[in-house]
Amino acid sequence: MTGVERIPILKIGDVLLASIQVDLQDRDVLALQEDLAEKISATGAHGVVLDISAVDIVDSFIGRMFATIAATSKLFDAHTVVVGMRPAVAITLVELGLTLGEVRTALDLEKGLAILAELGEQAPR
Amino acid sequence: MTNGTGRSDNLADLLRAGSTPLAARWVELAAAPLKGRLSVAELARELDELYAAILAGVASGSRDIQAEPYAEARALLGDLSRRRARAGFTPSETAIGVFALKQALFELVDRAEVGGGLPEVVAASQLLDGLGLWTFEAYAKAREEVIDEQAEQLLELTTPVVKLWDGVLAVPLVGTLDSARTQVVMEKLLESLVVTGAAHAIIDITGVLAVDTQVAQHLLKTVMAARLMGAECTISGIRPHIAQTIVGLGIEFGDITTKASLADALRHALRRSGVDVIAADGRR
Amino acid sequence: MTREDIPIVADEDVVRVRQVVRSYAQRAKLSLVDQTKLVTATSELARNTLTYGGGGSAVVELLGEGRRQGVRASFRDDGPGIPDITLALTDGWTSGQGMGLGLSGARRLVDEFDLDTAVGRGTTVTVTKWSR
Repeated sequence: MTGVERIPILKIGDVLLASIQVDLQDRDVLALQEDLAEKISATGAHGVVLDISAVDIVDSFIGRMFATIAATSKLFDAHTVVVGMRPAVAITLVELGLTLGEVRTALDLEKGLAILAELGEQAPR
Repeated sequence: MTNGTGRSDNLADLLRAGSTPLAARWVELAAAPLKGRLSVAELARELDELYAAILAGVASGSRDIQAEPYAEARALLGDLSRRRARAGFTPSETAIGVFALKQALFELVDRAEVGGGLPEVVAASQLLDGLGLWTFEAYAKAREEVIDEQAEQLLELTTPVVKLWDGVLAVPLVGTLDSARTQVVMEKLLESLVVTGAAHAIIDITGVLAVDTQVAQHLLKTVMAARLMGAECTISGIRPHIAQTIVGLGIEFGDITTKASLADALRHALRRSGVDVIAADGRR
Repeated sequence: MTREDIPIVADEDVVRVRQVVRSYAQRAKLSLVDQTKLVTATSELARNTLTYGGGGSAVVELLGEGRRQGVRASFRDDGPGIPDITLALTDGWTSGQGMGLGLSGARRLVDEFDLDTAVGRGTTVTVTKWSR
């Protein structure tokens, strides 16, 4: 048995960034969900960016994580943006029939941060 | 028939003894149907090499062209067939190269200059028929490769992804869309979004004559995949009869943005990215 | 090697299945999109084997048929089996925690799909994807 791989979560301003660089096991996925929820609550971040540009497959379990993270962050009044989804992954998800619920998406990190900034302006706190 | 023990033909001796007249007559016979599209010198070089390889195989005692002693002859014939196929020669023009040796050999035996009789003729006949078939298969395989390459090139050629504006890409589709081509377009467009960072894409189908259910589904999936990646995709230029087909097939375009023309789609994309197009005199 | 057996008894075996299938798909010269579809489908099926079948094994094979190549992956468990196949293959239906896209989604991602199951006798799902 290998241990749980903890995905590092960076804080940039009031945005949390998790960049997924490993082949995710289901328990890594669950650990990331927990870590993010704790960190949002602790920091009062208004946005979460999940960078999946290094991820070469997203199955329904990982896809559900995006939706869950988005729903959880919403409870803390934070928006979630998934950035960098590869074309092959996107085509596969469409075929799989997966929708990402509340999750916003952007081509890259820069555009993802822009979306969060825009959403933050619309609802000033 | 493969070489059993106790084979009693003298084919190797015959090929050795008659090599000079045989090779010359072979080149002569093989050159005729090619009508000068291949120089005699080049042909002679090819056939000399082949003659040596066949002789080596025959000398081993084996009469099975799939066996190891014929490996070189097979390789040479394979290359020769591929070159002929690519140069546009017909299957007959290619296979005649092998069968011409048979004729040259029969003529030689008939003249009774270097000996040889029925056993040699039968053995040579079987051997060269086998090599002839081998040539034909190699030729067919090479043609298939050519066709595959062309099909791929055609796909590439007919699906350009063009940049219309900063952050706006377009794919103008022309002609008949089939499932395979639509899939290629889909992948190429999505790749281009990543490479250019463009957040808007327009699929223009003004030049498309017909769509079937599968193609319409592929277009829809492209739009949905682009959305998952964080880009917005618009379909423009749907002709009236294609619109009817789409409705008739019961395909839901749902909340996908469609525009009548490429110009409308571009205006829409620009507006979405915060650019407004106004004529210099102030009128739109 | 044109065939590999992978036991599926723990979480990390699902990742192992993904990696083996990916390398076989590359060897069969599947396009990147087809590789991704096949790996995703097998990831779903491996998880099903683990979660619903209580563990089992996968066999990944390289296939050659004329001018095309393919990859076949077979997932076997001795679990409770699936009582209603039609229902199990329906989108959105789930007996567990998933999104109910496992079986039906996996089927859409591959060229050939075969489900062999009986209550109390376990389940075998076989999927194949061919190069184009």
